[in-house]
Amino acid sequence: MLRAALAQDARRARLLWALLAGLIALFAVSILVGRYPQPGVLPWWRLAEDDLALRLVFNLRIPRLLAALLLGMTLSAAGLVLQSLFGNPLVEPGFLGVSQGAAFGAAFAIVFLSSTALVTQASAAAFALAGLGLSYALARRLRFGGWVLRLVLAGIAVSALFSAGVGLLKYIADPLTQLPEITFWLLGSLASITWPRLLNALPAVLAGLTILLLLRWRLNVLSLSEQTAFSLGSAPGRERLVLIVAAVVPTAAMIAISGLVGWIGLIVPHIARRIFNADTRFGMPAAILIGGIFTVACDNAARTLLAGEIPLGILTSLLGALIFLGLMMAQQIRARP
Amino acid sequence: MSDAVLCFDAVTFGYRRDHPPILREVSFALHAGRVLAVVGPNGAGKTTLLAIALGWLRPWRGEVWLNGRPIRTYPRDARGRWLAIVPQSEHTPFDYTVLEYVLMGRAPHLPPLGIPGPEDYRIAMRALEQVGIAALADHAVPTLSGGERQLMLLARALAQQPKVLLLDEPTAHLDLHNKVRLIEIVRALRAQGLAVMMTNHEPEVVLAVADDVLLMAAGQPALSGPAEQVFTEAALRRIYQLPIRLVEIDGRRHAIWT
Repeated sequence: MLRAALAQDARRARLLWALLAGLIALFAVSILVGRYPQPGVLPWWRLAEDDLALRLVFNLRIPRLLAALLLGMTLSAAGLVLQSLFGNPLVEPGFLGVSQGAAFGAAFAIVFLSSTALVTQASAAAFALAGLGLSYALARRLRFGGWVLRLVLAGIAVSALFSAGVGLLKYIADPLTQLPEITFWLLGSLASITWPRLLNALPAVLAGLTILLLLRWRLNVLSLSEQTAFSLGSAPGRERLVLIVAAVVPTAAMIAISGLVGWIGLIVPHIARRIFNADTRFGMPAAILIGGIFTVACDNAARTLLAGEIPLGILTSLLGALIFLGLMMAQQIRARP
Repeated sequence: MSDAVLCFDAVTFGYRRDHPPILREVSFALHAGRVLAVVGPNGAGKTTLLAIALGWLRPWRGEVWLNGRPIRTYPRDARGRWLAIVPQSEHTPFDYTVLEYVLMGRAPHLPPLGIPGPEDYRIAMRALEQVGIAALADHAVPTLSGGERQLMLLARALAQQPKVLLLDEPTAHLDLHNKVRLIEIVRALRAQGLAVMMTNHEPEVVLAVADDVLLMAAGQPALSGPAEQVFTEAALRRIYQLPIRLVEIDGRRHAIWT
């Protein structure tokens, strides 16, 4: 029995390496996929001859691919963390006021501030973090239910406040110039990614993902009830706060440059759990790798399928919903033998 | 009484400051190699008492001593190596396997960024063998019956390799066969020198394993001492307010009510 368990762990580890190899291969191919000079794959030798192709790849495609990769990894890892900590498989990374906070910040910048991409990004990030801070502060003051329930309720209330604000901003926005821009932002897109915008988000994302990977086994313990986690020698309040911050701050940083890209953070943790079981020691790296693959693939489709750009959020919602339905209808993988 | 590993010194506790306390000046000692049963009707504060013993709840007044040091001064991982608790039941939202779940008992022995290694797996497996459900190691937790789940929680506590074991109603979900097995496991742990403290409703279980008894009833002072002195007909009648008799059948004592 022990040998079987260790063999299963080894199998799961091999599967993770295979996923990593798949992700690297997908990334390499994606650099060459696009609509220049014609839709399809750019032959690699043209990079040496065609100066425009080289600049296009380095200034547009690579930062965009990296953004898609990091967005998918961040949302998936954050989704897994929050679903585990809240013991609820329907939680998504932005629900603690982060998504709606970012949406409000972006809309606010578009309507009232100069709507350059960098200002919108900064405003979205600031309001996303404000949403998280507000949810947390509110949860500490609520006099109802346990810690988990209080955070959920506070997150719902803060999200509702910000989404009311977004509605108001859309109402007063100029319908010809500002409203389309807000709508496009809310659908999520990586079309306007540049190196500087990506580099702004990079420190938070790398730090967050590193912390989450290091705590990948500890997350199991912290997903148990508070008293049980305490009895297993952890400080649940403090350690959970570290995990939430490490999950949500990078999420805010990525949402600020990508807009609201839905479903990745909800669906990828489910896929990871289906394949790798509940143990987050494997689930965390799996969610990170699968999230990267899913988002890079979706963004490839978003930028190449049509001559115009398809908002990424539409594709992730469509594919995410289809995969989600498929998963829910597939039979239970682990039944009692 | 110098060998007490866990010692309550005049502990007073309540959940709300504007209500009278649930526990009033409770004092008792738990010794290595002995089993203490906490007996009392529902709502007497037995589970609360375990949570205080664990260090999870802080008393209003009084002190809980663990191996001669106040429990509140222990670093959290050291406390996890000293004390383990088996709760009555536990909510598990995701499909962990039994072995993965029991492995979490190794957490206090690992650094915060640690990952269990082969030795931890062996200890977890041995704990499963000890409670007799090694065959379920690769089953998903939600597929277990209530009794199997309780034995799994006991295995997780044993994987912590604690010196003090706190059991909250350990026989509540167990059938007769598993109940006898649990009694045997507790006896074996006692023989290994563990100090065991358990809440229990079943006089048979208490009579079978308890060396010491703490009797609790709401609004009455707690009473503790060796089982034969404390666990008497008169005391049981008083705390349960039922005409209880202790009778001897085939050399073993049972509690019946008329």
